[in-house]
Amino acid sequence: MTLNLLVAGLLFTPLAWAVVSLLIGFRAGRWLAGAGMVLQAGVTLGLVWTLTGQGGFEYALGDWQPPLGIGLRVDGMALTLVLLTTLVASACGLHAAGYLEADRPGQRYFWPLFWFLWAGINGVWLAGDIFNIYVGLELVTLAAVGLVALSGEPPALRAALRYLFAALAGSLAFLLGVALLYGAYGTLSLRLLAEAVQADGTGSAALALMFAGLAVKTALFPVHAWLPPAHGIAHAPVSALLSALVVKASAWVAIRLWLDLGPVLGSSGGAFLMGLLGTAAIVWGSWMAWCQTGLKKLVAYSSVGQVGYLFLLFPLTFAVSDRVAELATQGVMLHLISHALAKAALFMAAGNLIWAVGDGRIVSLAGAGRHLPLSLFAFGLAAVSIMGLPPSGGFTAKWLLLQAAWQAGQWGWALAVLVGGLLAALYVFKVFAACYVDKASGDDFHYPPRRLDLMPLGLAVMALGLGLVAGLPLHWMGIGGAP
Amino acid sequence: MTTTVALPLGALLASLLASVVIFMLPERRHGARIAVNLSAAALKLALVCVMIWGVFQGRAYGLRFAVLPELDFVLRADALAMMFAGLSSLLWLLTTVYAVGYLEDSPNRSRFFGFFSLCVASTLGIALAGNLFTFFVFYEMLTLSTYPLVVHRGTPEALSAGRKYLAYTLTGGAVLLLGMVWLQSLAGDLTFQPQGHSQLLAHQDRGTLTAIFALLFAGLAVKAAVVPLHGWLPAAMVAPAPVSALLHAVAVVKAGAFGMVRVLYHVFGIEFSAALGLLGPVAGVAAFTIIYGSVRALVQTDLKRRLAFSTISQVAYIPLGLCLLGPVGTAGGLVHLLHQGLMKITLFFCAGNYAETIGVQRIDALDGAGRRMPATSMAFTVGAFGMMGTPPLAGFVTKWTLGTGALAADMPWVIAVLVASSLLNAVYFLPLVHRLWFRELPGAWPREHHHEGRLETSPWLLWPPLFTAASILVVGLLAAVPFSPLSWAELVAAREFAP
Repeated sequence: MTLNLLVAGLLFTPLAWAVVSLLIGFRAGRWLAGAGMVLQAGVTLGLVWTLTGQGGFEYALGDWQPPLGIGLRVDGMALTLVLLTTLVASACGLHAAGYLEADRPGQRYFWPLFWFLWAGINGVWLAGDIFNIYVGLELVTLAAVGLVALSGEPPALRAALRYLFAALAGSLAFLLGVALLYGAYGTLSLRLLAEAVQADGTGSAALALMFAGLAVKTALFPVHAWLPPAHGIAHAPVSALLSALVVKASAWVAIRLWLDLGPVLGSSGGAFLMGLLGTAAIVWGSWMAWCQTGLKKLVAYSSVGQVGYLFLLFPLTFAVSDRVAELATQGVMLHLISHALAKAALFMAAGNLIWAVGDGRIVSLAGAGRHLPLSLFAFGLAAVSIMGLPPSGGFTAKWLLLQAAWQAGQWGWALAVLVGGLLAALYVFKVFAACYVDKASGDDFHYPPRRLDLMPLGLAVMALGLGLVAGLPLHWMGIGGAP
Repeated sequence: MTTTVALPLGALLASLLASVVIFMLPERRHGARIAVNLSAAALKLALVCVMIWGVFQGRAYGLRFAVLPELDFVLRADALAMMFAGLSSLLWLLTTVYAVGYLEDSPNRSRFFGFFSLCVASTLGIALAGNLFTFFVFYEMLTLSTYPLVVHRGTPEALSAGRKYLAYTLTGGAVLLLGMVWLQSLAGDLTFQPQGHSQLLAHQDRGTLTAIFALLFAGLAVKAAVVPLHGWLPAAMVAPAPVSALLHAVAVVKAGAFGMVRVLYHVFGIEFSAALGLLGPVAGVAAFTIIYGSVRALVQTDLKRRLAFSTISQVAYIPLGLCLLGPVGTAGGLVHLLHQGLMKITLFFCAGNYAETIGVQRIDALDGAGRRMPATSMAFTVGAFGMMGTPPLAGFVTKWTLGTGALAADMPWVIAVLVASSLLNAVYFLPLVHRLWFRELPGAWPREHHHEGRLETSPWLLWPPLFTAASILVVGLLAAVPFSPLSWAELVAAREFAP
C-alpha cells in the first residue's frame, strides 16, 4: 500500500500538478508549485526510507504483470536519481519563481511544462521497460522544447525548433531500436531482455540504433549542435533544468541499456567508438566554451564537454574485470550527479549575474563581484566541481574514473580525464578573469532579489561537498533491484 | 569530541570559518574584519602551539574518515606537520597585521582577506594531511585560493600573471594526480608514516616506481618553483606585497617543498628512495636551481623580482638537504623550511614598506633609503645577511648543517654549491645594503607617504618585519635550544633513520 502511494506520488502527482497549473496563472502556480515540491520531497524521503530498509523492488503498475503491464524498477540507482531530481528541480523551480517575470504572456505555460518535465524525468528513472523509457523521454523532450520556446522571441523559437527536430530524429531512431528488440525477443521488459538476448545481428543493430538516438538527445559530439543555442537562450532556471536533468535522462538510459544489454550485444569496437566520441566531446566542448563571448553560451558548451565523461563508461565496462567495471560505473554515476548539481548552480548563478550587469557578455562582468558576491561565489564553488578539483564530487568521480582506466590499462582515457579538467579550467577562469578586471566607477547594476542567490549557492555547496561524502550515494546506488 | 580530534579540526576551522565570516561582512566593516582576522589568527596559533607541546610529549592528534571504500581523508599531526603548521600560523598572524596596514583604504578588501584566510587554511591542511589524497585536496585548494590574491589588482599585468600561475600550477596538479592514481592502483591508500612504505613497495617494479616518483616530483616541483618549472613565480610578483610575502615564505613554494619531504620520506622512505637511485637526480636538479636562481637574481633591477629569483634559489636548499642521506643533511633541509620562511618574509615586508612609504620599487632608486627608513632598512639588512649565511643568523645554521650533512653523506660537491651560492647571494645582496646605508639620496622620493606619529611608516607595516628580523637572529643564536627550529628538525630527522 505504501509502495502504491510512493510510486503514484512520484509519477502521477507531477502530472496532476501540470494539469491544474494549466488552469491557473503563473502567480498562483507558484503557490501550487511550492506545495508540490514539499509533496515530492516527502515522497522521495519515504522512498529512501523504504529502500534503505528493505532493498529495491520491482513494481507492476495496477498489478498488471509484464510483458503486458507497465513494470517499474525501483532500485538504488533509481532512488538516487529521484533524490537528485527532487533537489535540482525544486531549486530550479524556486529560482524560476523569483527570476521569471510573471506578466510576460508566455509565462503561464511555465509551471505546466515544468511539472510535465518532472513527471517525465521520474518516469525515465523508474521505468522497467524500454517502451516506457521511450514514453518518458518523449514527455521530457516535448516539455523541454516548450520551455526553451517560453519567451516566444524569434531566436528562442528558432533554437527550440532546432532542438525539436534533433530530438525527434533521436526518438525515431530509439523507437526503431525498441521495435527491433521487441520483434526479436518478444518482450520490452529490461530484466527479461537482459536474460533473453543473444549475440546476433538484430540485437546489435537495435542497440546501435538506440544509442544513436540517445546520443542525439544527450548532445554527444558530433551531434551536439542543437544544445548550445537551446541552453544558451532559455531562461536561466530553464537552462539549469535542461543541462542538469534533461540531458542526463537520455544519458542514463544509454548507461542502463549498456550495463544490461552491452555485455552480450556490445562489441569492443563500438565501446571504443563511444569512448572516442566522449573524449572528442570533452575536448571540443571545452574548447568551444573557451571561445564563447556570452556567459550562458559558455556554460552551455561546458555541458557538451562534461557529457563526454559519461561516455567513457562504455570502454571502461566492456571486457574488463568486475572491479574496473564497478569503479567506472561508480565514477560515471558520481559524475552525472555532481555535474547535475554544479551545472544547475552555474546556470542559475550566471542568470543572476546577467540580471545584475544587464547583458550576457562575459566582458560586462567587470566588477560584478563587488555587487553580487554570493552569486559569483556560487559560480566559483560549482566551477570547482566542473574542473574536477578536490574536494568536489567532480573530483571524486574523476578519481574513480582514473583508477578504473589505470587498472584496466587503458591509459588513454585517463589522459582524456586529466586534460578535460585543465581545459575546463581554461574557460572557468576566463569568466573569473573578466570579473577581476578593474573597472572605473559609474557601475550600472540592477540587484536581483537576494533570495535568488540561495538556490545556486545551496546546489554549489552540495556539489563541492559531495566529494567528501561520496560513500553515501555510492552505497545507495549499490542497493540492487528485485532479488 | 575528544581533544585528539578537536585540536587539528579546530585549527583548520579557525581560518576556514574566518574566511566565510569575512566574505559575509560588508566591505565597509573594517573594524569587524580586522577583529575577525586577528582573533582567528591568534586562536589558530594558540591551538597549534598546544599541539606542538602535545606532539613533543608523544601525544597523537588527528582524524580519519572514509571518502570512498578504499580512500580515506586523514588529518594527522606529527612532528613534521607541526613544523609547517607552526610556521604558517605564526607568519599568518604577522602577515595579517601587515596586510591590514598595507591595504588601508584600497578597494575589495573583503574579497582579499576572505581568500587570504582560505589560503592559510589550505596551508594548514597541507601540513596536517595524513596521506597523499588529503594532501592533494588542500594542495589544489591552495592553488584556487591564491589565484584571486595574485590577480587582486585587476590590471592586465596581474591578470596575465594569474593566467601563467594557473597554467603552471593546475598542470602540475594534474601530473601529481596522475602519479597518485598510479601509486594507489599499485599499492593502495598509503598513509604518511616515518620511514615510508618501503617494505610494501619493495616488491614492485623499480622502473614503475621511478616513473611514479618522477610524476609526483614534477607535480610538486611546479609549486616549489624548481627550474625549469619556475616561470610563474617571478610573474606573480605583481601581487600586493603581503601576498608575495605569503607566497614566498609559507604558502605556495613551501607547499611544494613540504610535499617533497612527504613523498621522499613518508611515502617511499628515504633509504628506499636512495636504493632506487632517486636522490642523485633530485640533488642535481636542486643544485642547478640554486645556482640558476642566484645568477638570474643578479641581473634583476626590480627589487621584488630580485627577491623572487632569490626565492627560487633558496627554496631549492630544501630538496638538496633532503637528498643528503643521513640525519644531519635531512635536518638541514627541514630547518630551511622555517629559516627561509622567516628570512624571505622579512625581505618582502621591507620591500613592501619601501614601495608603500617612499614609492621605491627599483633597486637603483634605493639610494639613501636607510636614512629615511632606518628600522625597515635594519630589518632588511638582517634578512639579507641571513640569506648570505652570515653567522650567527638563521641562514648560517642552515648552510652549516647542510655542509656537515653533505660530508656525512659523502657528497662533497654539495659544499661547492653552497659556497658558490653564498658568494652569489653576497654579490646580489651586498650592493643593495650598500645603497641603503652608504649612498647619498639623489633628490626627492618618487612617491612619499607621510604617516602620523614618530615612526618612519605605519606601525602595522613596521612591527611585523622587525619581529621577523629579530627572530632570524634568535633562531640562529639559540639553534641548540629545545623547540628551536633546528632542534625540532633534528627530532624529525632522527625518526627517519631509526634502526
